[in-house]
Amino acid sequence: MTTSTLISPPPNQVLGNAKLIGVAVAGLIAWFAVYWQLEPFSNWAVAQMPITPGSHLEEAASFFIFDTPKVLMLLALVVFAMGMVRSFFSPERTRSFLAGKREGLGNVAAASLGIFTPFCSCSAVPLFVGFVSAGVPLGVTFSFLIASPMINEVALGLLFALVGWKVALTYLSFGLAVSIFAGWVIGRLHLESWLEQWVLDVRSGSADLPTERLTIADRIHAGIEAVRDIFGRVWVWIIVGIAVGAFIHGYVPAEMLSGIMGGNHWWSVPAAVLIGIPIYSNAAGIIPVVEALLGKGAALGTVLAFMMAVTALSAPEMIILRKVLTARLIAVFIGVVTVGIMAVGFLFNALFT
Amino acid sequence: MKNVKVLGPGCKRCVATAGMVQAQADKLGVPVNIEKVTDYAAIAGYGIVSTPGIVIDGKVVHAGGLPKVEDLAKWLAAA
Repeated sequence: MTTSTLISPPPNQVLGNAKLIGVAVAGLIAWFAVYWQLEPFSNWAVAQMPITPGSHLEEAASFFIFDTPKVLMLLALVVFAMGMVRSFFSPERTRSFLAGKREGLGNVAAASLGIFTPFCSCSAVPLFVGFVSAGVPLGVTFSFLIASPMINEVALGLLFALVGWKVALTYLSFGLAVSIFAGWVIGRLHLESWLEQWVLDVRSGSADLPTERLTIADRIHAGIEAVRDIFGRVWVWIIVGIAVGAFIHGYVPAEMLSGIMGGNHWWSVPAAVLIGIPIYSNAAGIIPVVEALLGKGAALGTVLAFMMAVTALSAPEMIILRKVLTARLIAVFIGVVTVGIMAVGFLFNALFT
Repeated sequence: MKNVKVLGPGCKRCVATAGMVQAQADKLGVPVNIEKVTDYAAIAGYGIVSTPGIVIDGKVVHAGGLPKVEDLAKWLAAA
């Protein structure tokens, strides 16, 4: 009895928490109410425009007008839910879990944790150094580094909502396969000496952070914070992505696209990957493009390979990583990941055409 | 005088964190000396993985994301 009174929070905080939960529930209801009205609204809005029905412009405009609020709303919901889930994971906790893990199983664990552990490219370097100096094997660190931007929960949630659960699940399993394979190969090559010298000199323990117990209200807060933070950073990418998707949807002839990106040519997968590597986009921004490409008859393996190349390999990330990796090691990293992504694309197209 | 170090490579959030520490210290009337640590080797040496991090008088109190205002007050008030 006494212990429970000691643990329970002061009454005014309970009231605040109840209010927050109430607001969250009301927000969810409002979300669904608006979401179901999107399609009639966008049809009406497009009909008001002075555009010939059935024209290319009409196709593109209706894609853009319907998809923009739809994707933004779905993103808000997914990010909110995942912000709550993420409050159970932190990079520090992930590291202490992975330290001393052996290769193989370690690669599997690292890639899986990469899905949920918050990561932004601006902390790629501290994360990398922190992992390696705490005794996480190099290959295991790479598995994490590849998986984290490529198969993050925002990408999966949006794929699931826009393109369907089969594609989302395929992307998840292929993404995991590429991360595990590439990390394992890099580990087998024993390239520790190809790190920048200062990285090898860092000897750190792990910081002893006070562990806090989070309440459900804290987690709702974490969800709201995540929405605010991620929205601020990615909304431009999404609008650009939807505009590109709208252009493909309205103007690119289906015969041409399925001719180039369909499953008939051996070169379509390598071409998609090579085009995707220099392009940098947030995973959320690429999904409207994926949606439009698939709608025009592009082969799924080719499109998924394209998406992986865009999200996992990008010029800005390589420039940041150059601070810790020698140019040779970056070349190996790009090479191994590229081979993995192409293998996945080929395999999928061969199996499902 | 408290020695506060804000660990981070100079991203937007690290600057924001330093600003929050200063604002909270001013509000509480705690004299602080804020130093930004941007060197990657030095950051890693503190044993954190995510930035921005906060070190108060040599002790790591926070890593990853903006700190909460209540927490800042607690850390700064603690002797």
